[in-house]
Amino acid sequence: MAKFGTLEWATQFMEAINNSKAYEEAAKTWEGDFYFIIEPGGSIKEPVYQYVDLWHGKCRKVDIVSEAEKDRYKPEFLLSASVATWRKVAEKKVDPIQAIVTRQLKLQGNMGKVMRAVKAAQELVNCVTQVKTEYPE
Amino acid sequence: MQFFGVPFTVFGDDALQYLNTILGKRAFIITDKNIVKLGLIELIGAELKQANIDWKVFDEVEPDPSIQTVIKSATLAKDFKPDLIIGVGGGSCMDAAKSTLVCYGANIAPLDMSPSDFYNLRATARLICIPTTSGTGSEATWAIVLTDTENQRKIALGSYETLPDIAILDPRMVMSMPPQITGDTGMDALCHAIEGYTATWRTSFTDGPGLMAIRIVFENLKKAYDNGKDEEARKQMMCAASMGGTCFGNGMAGLGHSTGHAIGGLFHMPHGRAVGLYLPYTMEYLINGSEETTRRYAEIARFCNLAEGDDKSCALQLVKAVRELARSVGQPLTVRDAGIKREDYMNAMAGLVERAVNEAMTIAVTRVPEADDLEKIFICAYDGTPCNF
Repeated sequence: MAKFGTLEWATQFMEAINNSKAYEEAAKTWEGDFYFIIEPGGSIKEPVYQYVDLWHGKCRKVDIVSEAEKDRYKPEFLLSASVATWRKVAEKKVDPIQAIVTRQLKLQGNMGKVMRAVKAAQELVNCVTQVKTEYPE
Repeated sequence: MQFFGVPFTVFGDDALQYLNTILGKRAFIITDKNIVKLGLIELIGAELKQANIDWKVFDEVEPDPSIQTVIKSATLAKDFKPDLIIGVGGGSCMDAAKSTLVCYGANIAPLDMSPSDFYNLRATARLICIPTTSGTGSEATWAIVLTDTENQRKIALGSYETLPDIAILDPRMVMSMPPQITGDTGMDALCHAIEGYTATWRTSFTDGPGLMAIRIVFENLKKAYDNGKDEEARKQMMCAASMGGTCFGNGMAGLGHSTGHAIGGLFHMPHGRAVGLYLPYTMEYLINGSEETTRRYAEIARFCNLAEGDDKSCALQLVKAVRELARSVGQPLTVRDAGIKREDYMNAMAGLVERAVNEAMTIAVTRVPEADDLEKIFICAYDGTPCNF
């Protein structure tokens, strides 16, 4: 069981991505890195930046970055939400595209590019479900 | 959390007169050359004149408007500095108007707009949409479809701030619509409503307008197609199109749209004709794998007095009724009948499937197809083979 927002979780997520044939197929032309940002709330006192570099169906790198270190990467996309919303997406209670459209997931970056990668987004969520996750309160 | 939004809607005889009561200084009208030629902009200009509103026309919107057209329109808007943007035409003109508002008001490129962002566009201008077709329902949604001409792909975009402030449905604007466009766009309205009513993103707010739109289309589309001067049928179809827009715009469309967008991007088939062509095949696909959608199709069939009996037979009766309506308004029922050569279609199959897989509408249905099932749907639609898988 890995705690969401830690390097241990991010590493397991990367492994799940790199073991997924479905993601590899769906994202074979995708080029773009992300900060998946956990917004402060509850036990999360400051934003947590989960860096995920996705390239041609594989995950090349993950990292966890604090607020003070957030300039370490300049990802193409920023996707931020509370722990509760990330959990709803991970548990498939809300579709990630629907979550973006209803501003539950706040996207910064080229929306058109994301909207052309719907299948890849879905498979990415399937990868999240492979990680046994403990969510912070 | 889900949202529901509708514009303030003015409809019926002389609805355009509402324009002479609005506040504003400069209106930027976004339309196409054909609408100008038909004299419809003059009707609008006359009302704006009464309201002491200066106006300027951009009439270069093409079918399936490109990103470049929007950039050009926004550049002219920045010079003119309107406080009203008015989209007049079919979905292409209204979508171009919505995109222009974002690019002008937020000073960003079309592809950079996102529903996640707040632009405060009303500090710059308000948006009015006046449809001249009865189908897209764009006047009632925040959705935008632009075409990336470089990659031959349609791109769905939008922001909640691109929901028009005012929609004006004046029957004078649609009376000159030729039968073919009446049929094409009417099938689009039907598709919006059926797919919106069965989408996984549907809500109780979207169900009502969806059901009513479907019934109105079944009762009025053929009348409007057969006799364009049938003012009552025209009025009803305008309302149905807006309600269809409200239904899918606050929910989501489905597989008819994702497959239709794919062929539209690659073969330039008119939008309504494309989505209407694939609608019955995708309905069959959903009936074969989803009890939930079968039940909802049956609800539609009963509400429209199309069928009685168990859910599956009612649902199949609805599919039959969709095909009969399409045939009666000059629609091709197969891709072959639409004039696309088998060889060209099959050569484009990988692109069709890849585009459909990556449409948001594909995942908003109760039976989400993988690429191989989408390919089978595309193949069935070529010759008219029922989707029995």
